[in-house]
Amino acid sequence: MNHFFGDTGVLLGRSLRHITRSLDTIITTALMPIAIMLLFVYVLGGSISTGSGSYVNYLLPGILLITIASGISYTGFRLFGDMESGIFERFHSMPIARSAVLWAHVLTSLVANAISLVVVVGIALLMGFRSGAGPLAWLAVAGILALFTLALTWMAVIPGLTAHTADGASAFAYPLILLPFISSAFVPTESMPGPVRAFAENQPVTSIVDAIRALLAQEPVGADIGVALAWCVGALVVAYACAMVAYRRKTS
Amino acid sequence: MTTADSEPKIRVAGLEKSYKALEVLRGVEFEVARGTIFALLGSNGAGKTTIIKILCTLLRADSGTAGVNGFDVATQAARVRESISLTGQFAAVDDILTGRENLVLVARLRHLAGSGAIADGLLERFAMTEAGGRRVSTYSGGMRRRLDIAMSLIGHPSVIFLDEPTAGLDPQGRIEVWEAVRELAEGGTTVLLTTQYLDEAEHLADRIAILHEGRIVVNGTLAELKKLLPPAKVEYVEKQPTLEDVFLALVGKDARK
Repeated sequence: MNHFFGDTGVLLGRSLRHITRSLDTIITTALMPIAIMLLFVYVLGGSISTGSGSYVNYLLPGILLITIASGISYTGFRLFGDMESGIFERFHSMPIARSAVLWAHVLTSLVANAISLVVVVGIALLMGFRSGAGPLAWLAVAGILALFTLALTWMAVIPGLTAHTADGASAFAYPLILLPFISSAFVPTESMPGPVRAFAENQPVTSIVDAIRALLAQEPVGADIGVALAWCVGALVVAYACAMVAYRRKTS
Repeated sequence: MTTADSEPKIRVAGLEKSYKALEVLRGVEFEVARGTIFALLGSNGAGKTTIIKILCTLLRADSGTAGVNGFDVATQAARVRESISLTGQFAAVDDILTGRENLVLVARLRHLAGSGAIADGLLERFAMTEAGGRRVSTYSGGMRRRLDIAMSLIGHPSVIFLDEPTAGLDPQGRIEVWEAVRELAEGGTTVLLTTQYLDEAEHLADRIAILHEGRIVVNGTLAELKKLLPPAKVEYVEKQPTLEDVFLALVGKDARK
């Protein structure tokens, strides 16, 4: 482990170059959530009643989660590329801290998603998003988003290691992108029919969206934040454990 | 160094490996002496790559022992990795980085000081100084392979594994790889290479082993292997230039790019 931080740093530098040299991946990552945001605010939003306040403010937390869900598919894709090209094996046959190889991809995912999120928030500001939240509330929002990204990234590592095609390595993200649609992200859950409402109110996205929305609106977050953090940490632990199993299978 | 120079650099005994029901290796035995080139010949699926992966600590054997540079691959994997370099079946280079950045990356991962100077030195040695600043995705197959081999030389590993190093290369590229491999062995590096090309083993290797159905069926020098068959009949044949001679005469060294 003595080289873990140094090796992770070197490999992180490598993956970050991949990102800066193919900025299109970040743009496409941000493009879909931005399109959904435009569609909902300017086309559908007029007939959605969310109570008081602007619809952009209501919508943004869910859009941020969609941004992350679409961003992590590239993590699976990049990792798959490394497995396929043999460079993963090259690194593993070298005297490095082996875990640095995966951690570099995970940290790259955090950085890439952070950039996409900043772009999406910037567009939201242009569309009239406003928040009076202080630095602490923003910090809490950033923390929740980082934890969510981390959990989803470790999920993305699993197909990245085990997929047989590049499409397979990134396709798993689609259900994750759809999850916010069956939550409180776009419309209040009260308007949904019984079983759908039960699902929506008890799936992770709703609690995360509600917690972020409350933080940005300077409202008390209540129990939501506890539930949201529990979902994120739980998903992170399960995803990490499964990724490690896949990793050991692949390397022994 | 704890091992004497006369000790074999690679020692494999009773190596077995199955993938589910498929027995790939069924008791492989061989040794490779220091500073020699050892060629592992075999058809597709014979298990050559499996042996390389076990020796490079990428795969665990089911049973048997394997040692590299005096270290056991199962119990002293970290020491083995310090002693070796792997050039896998496909040029394991980073397409998005430049050639020079690839070399710097490996030098830094090997924790060497002066990674920039190491990279520049290797670019010069492999006649790639000009290409060094370009992204690898623009390289030809031969250039990728040369970069791949250059990356394997960083840190002067005492044992180098080359898994089908000339697969998919044009004749010119093959000769360049052969020259690089010969130079390595002359410098004292031990080379284990796998190949499907019989002439490659003939040209390069000090010893040749043939892997068939999970076992080494013969192992010896080219002269020893030839003695296994009845003595050659002497016939007089007009010496025609081979197609390779013609190709190289026409295209010449200019094909090097």
